[in-house]
Amino acid sequence: MSIRRLHTEQPDDFKFTPENLKWAKSQMIKYPTGRQASAVIPILWRAQEQEGWLSKPAIEAVGELLDMPFIRVLEVASFYFMYQLAPVGTIAHIQVCGTLSCMICGAEDLISICKEVIADQPHSLSSDGKFSWEEVECLGACTNAPMAQIGKDFYEDLTESSFRELLASFARGEVPMPGPQNGRYASEPKSGLTSLTEYNLSKYNENSSVTRALEYGDTIKRIQGDEVPILVARKNSTTSETA
Amino acid sequence: MLKDEDRIFTNLYGMHDRTLKGAKSRGHWSGTANIIKKGHDWIVDEMKSSGLRGRGGAGFPTGLKWSFMPKESDGRPAYLVINADESEPGTCKDREIMRNDPHTVIEGALIASFAMNANTCYIYIRGEFIREREALQSAIDECYDAGLLGKNAASSGWDFDLYLHHGAGAYICGEETALLESLEGKKGMPRMKPPFPAGAGLYGCPTTVNNVESIAVVPTILRRGGAWFKSFGRENNSGTKLFAISGHVNNPCVVEEAMSIPLQELLERHCGGVRGGWKNLKAVIPGGSSVPLLPANICSDAIMDFDWLREQRSGLGTAAVIVMDQNTDIIKAIWRLSKFYKHESCGQCTPCREGTGWMMRVMDRLVRGDAEPEEIDMLLDVTKQVEGHTICALGDAAAWPIQGLIRHFRDEIEDRIKHKRSGRVSQVAAE
Repeated sequence: MSIRRLHTEQPDDFKFTPENLKWAKSQMIKYPTGRQASAVIPILWRAQEQEGWLSKPAIEAVGELLDMPFIRVLEVASFYFMYQLAPVGTIAHIQVCGTLSCMICGAEDLISICKEVIADQPHSLSSDGKFSWEEVECLGACTNAPMAQIGKDFYEDLTESSFRELLASFARGEVPMPGPQNGRYASEPKSGLTSLTEYNLSKYNENSSVTRALEYGDTIKRIQGDEVPILVARKNSTTSETA
Repeated sequence: MLKDEDRIFTNLYGMHDRTLKGAKSRGHWSGTANIIKKGHDWIVDEMKSSGLRGRGGAGFPTGLKWSFMPKESDGRPAYLVINADESEPGTCKDREIMRNDPHTVIEGALIASFAMNANTCYIYIRGEFIREREALQSAIDECYDAGLLGKNAASSGWDFDLYLHHGAGAYICGEETALLESLEGKKGMPRMKPPFPAGAGLYGCPTTVNNVESIAVVPTILRRGGAWFKSFGRENNSGTKLFAISGHVNNPCVVEEAMSIPLQELLERHCGGVRGGWKNLKAVIPGGSSVPLLPANICSDAIMDFDWLREQRSGLGTAAVIVMDQNTDIIKAIWRLSKFYKHESCGQCTPCREGTGWMMRVMDRLVRGDAEPEEIDMLLDVTKQVEGHTICALGDAAAWPIQGLIRHFRDEIEDRIKHKRSGRVSQVAAE
């Protein structure tokens, strides 16, 4: 548990882009009538994707959209760690996994680099305002340790030098290719397959996550809602009961 | 060794065709309607006879869990909720299913929902898995387009909707009732049980929560028969299982193997062995952060299944194996887990909210050796006060790694304290 409060400086207002609003409304129909509050986590997340962080006006706007008391939305925003309650770097917020598997594979060195290159303290901006960082708990890519999440993507199998190079590359305005940074494909043994050899079609150059990242090109983009088609959740009438 | 033809997750690394067409070519979605036409009871009985135990950590028999759902609706709908909030440190198996072989879990969701009279299923995926979410959603869309989901799903006569929902970075939402709270749009704080979710779960309706892997293996089990699945592993520990091996091995990886595989064989066959050789092994955490570690001398005989590891006062958990070699500061490793649990405690129950911080601070001093020897027992006492005194198992999970450390590495903790005081290492440690 940790104490998370709203930022001291807040913008005057928040507005979803028309596409993001359309997307948000499409999420609400996944849940039974009257249970639209279920959509609060995904919609708050989209607000953050749009602005980079969650402001008080954004929390209020989501409350209005979902017909929820503001305090209930604030509870959610302050409970879940992925919500950034203060502005983050304009280019990227670097989230280095520091939990056990990553720690014993060198995550502490990556954190030292963040302190040196970005800012001494987590959740504070670099001097040019372009980067911020934090140590996060296990991101679920332990066989590809150490790793960091930057924007939407996982950068895996890092070393001190490849991590420094990643940061430099982002600073130059590039978006380096996500996924394993040591030539490995996904989570297979790096010395070669020990199973599923017949199922290796070599159909794709990159693993599933990287293929999508390259196709959408939205790794560190602020999401406006027009990046991918808005698919409305499908629901067949016989099961749209109220609970 | 498990043969490829007996592996359920044939596209675990995503090197084969990831689309619906590819999944069909590997045998998924084959005869789904026929399975469903055999009826609820047949499916539940076959799952019971397969001996499948839940793959999310607790190891509760899946077929038995399904049989707790009401046979007849009292007017309330029933729900299946799939727990894809994979956050246990060391665990990264469900991620591979969802991004590379998503059709296994979608087909499983349809069959399992039918078996429990549910027309709706939610998959709750952790928020950080963004590309995995996109992969799973696009597979769901493919299935709707192909008539495998929706009205008369897969021509089975069963109407079925499947929705993907995501969280926002809270480990506690992997606990089933916290997950339901989160899915209802609240803070993820666990509920008191009873009532159990099968009686009153999501929106107060009968609900079953299953792990991704538990659901994803269902279609293959039913196609090949419960007896086939039961033929792998020791009695009461049957089946194949995804193992995720991380830490100090030469080739960390996720791999599907038969249950009850010896630990040493698992590491040597798939991971290129322990870094620096088997003799360089210090300890292994065999089932994700919540289970107590095993020191090297026990590891030589270790069999990776629920019952063997339980007999060693550890557990299979999620089968996430964290390997630590002789260079590892084992006290610091467990301190890191204490820090994790302190961070992730939801704050609802006092023993856990206060205890996790307490334990972390004592561990912090033990790492530095800046403590009294008596504090080791005091710490052990605190873990006993947290364990079993909270609504959910997070308190237990925070206590167990520390208990395991003290059980197996007490000498090392004492040596460090002595060293700090006298400025020199004891005779034993210096040798």
